[in-house]
Amino acid sequence: MSEFLAMGGYAWYVWMSYGAVALALIVETVIVRARRKRALDELRMMTPGSSPVGRMRGAR
Amino acid sequence: MLINWYRFSSPVSFYPLAGIGAHAFGILAALCAGAGLFVALYIAPTDATQGDAYRIIYVHVPTAWMAMFIYVVMAGWSALALGFNARLSAMMAQALAPTGALMAALALWTGAFWGRPTWGTYWAWDARMTSTLILLFLYLGVLALRNAIEDPRRADRACALLTLVGAVNVPIIYFSVQWWNTLHQGSSISFTVAPKMAATMVTGILIMTAAAWCYTIAVALARVQSIIVERERGATWLESLIDLRRNVVRRSPA
Amino acid sequence: MNDIDAGGQSRARVTPRADDQGTDAAPSSVLGAFAWGLSRDVRIAMRSKAELGVQLLFYVIVVSLFPLSTSPSRDVLALLGPGVLWTAALLASLLSLPRLFASDFTDGTLEQIALSPRPLPALVLGKIAAHWLTTGLPVVVMAPLLGAQYALAGPALSMLALALLLGTPILSLLGAIGAALTLGTRGGGGLLALLVLPLYAPVLIFGAGAVDAVRAGMSASPNLALLGAGLIIAVVALPFAAASAVRIALD
Repeated sequence: MSEFLAMGGYAWYVWMSYGAVALALIVETVIVRARRKRALDELRMMTPGSSPVGRMRGAR
Repeated sequence: MLINWYRFSSPVSFYPLAGIGAHAFGILAALCAGAGLFVALYIAPTDATQGDAYRIIYVHVPTAWMAMFIYVVMAGWSALALGFNARLSAMMAQALAPTGALMAALALWTGAFWGRPTWGTYWAWDARMTSTLILLFLYLGVLALRNAIEDPRRADRACALLTLVGAVNVPIIYFSVQWWNTLHQGSSISFTVAPKMAATMVTGILIMTAAAWCYTIAVALARVQSIIVERERGATWLESLIDLRRNVVRRSPA
Repeated sequence: MNDIDAGGQSRARVTPRADDQGTDAAPSSVLGAFAWGLSRDVRIAMRSKAELGVQLLFYVIVVSLFPLSTSPSRDVLALLGPGVLWTAALLASLLSLPRLFASDFTDGTLEQIALSPRPLPALVLGKIAAHWLTTGLPVVVMAPLLGAQYALAGPALSMLALALLLGTPILSLLGAIGAALTLGTRGGGGLLALLVLPLYAPVLIFGAGAVDAVRAGMSASPNLALLGAGLIIAVVALPFAAASAVRIALD
């Protein structure tokens, strides 16, 4: 396992690369989902007399 | 089963389809990424000359390719948006831009970390990296213009035109940077020299690229959902959007 | 709309009269529109010669600052010279671009121009030509004089003038698209620079490369050929893009 992490001595370069990509994609996913949730919440609030709609597909 | 695709050309009716697509491609992306990482970090043999550092190409190449591909697709949507005055096409272009910019930035980052152990420097002004840098500037320009224009429809058309002008310029820019680079550096440093590829390596890169594609489609579809709701919620068919949401909820099995 | 605008200033007539410059037959109206746009903008620019002088002074100052930041040694300067003289030309072009459409936009005359029966791309090309004559051409003339500051010899200096002569119109043509797209937006000059500078890169590469080639004793013909071809394509195609950008801004 530690051999795997060491990446033949190039650990810094390999993990900075893979780490940055993983971090960026995760952050982007979180941001997009938060934006969608916020948009739907504002839509719900704007609509008069709408009963609380249950969790909808695609808005998890 | 014939689907009337035109039914989906209005933002509202496209919304549920985008949701399904985002989910499906998200799952696909996770599967491809899992398989790809397994190949990249475990199965693929260590390179003779570059050691384990070469494994960075399994993220560098996909991100660099996506930066290019996304721009081309954005240009396609932009052409449709201008040609047919189609709101949804412009929204798709708007949804793709941030991911494209991110891919370009990641390509530069991973390229730098690949360059340091392999060629001794984090940054060399070689043709591909410099062109990717300019591509990043083009993405940022589109994002900045979108942000600077208040009226969404005017922003749609302005960004579409800018994207198309940029698309025509990208080959010219690439050619001129390549010319400039070979003139000044000869062939001493070239980030394009990849290790001689075993079949496993090629497979790994292709799987990771497929993962990147699926991820991009998933994120763009999810983002376009937000864009649709944000931009269309003032409209009178608000009710129909809520009905659509309710319909989808009713039909969902779980 | 008429000869007196809101500020009470007498301005050049905006919408060409029907008896202006020939009939509405297509060939003559393209040239007529071009000539009209060109003459009007040159006339307006000539009213504020001080502003043109300031823009040229900006170019001189930027070029003169670089040696202060590096070294006055002739070898270093000769290497830097082409790049500095060209980059400063790019920046000077950026500085003057907002003037191309902004004042017409804010007082509504741009809308009138767009509504007139003359072909908009030709009108826009006329405005761009006027912009080049009042900002690009002075740089072309000034640059060889400043090039002497950078220890560039005669042949290099003439190449500098020639390359700038071919390149600065391309800068004006590309910049016009950016200027039209950013009309009325917040973000000011920075946004325009972000949009336009990446597009300028090939012109910079081939233009500065031409001077550098001559300085190093090599031929600059490939650079000149590419710049020339670029100029022809830009003149033919870009006014249409700029006109579209103007219409987008006016909607």
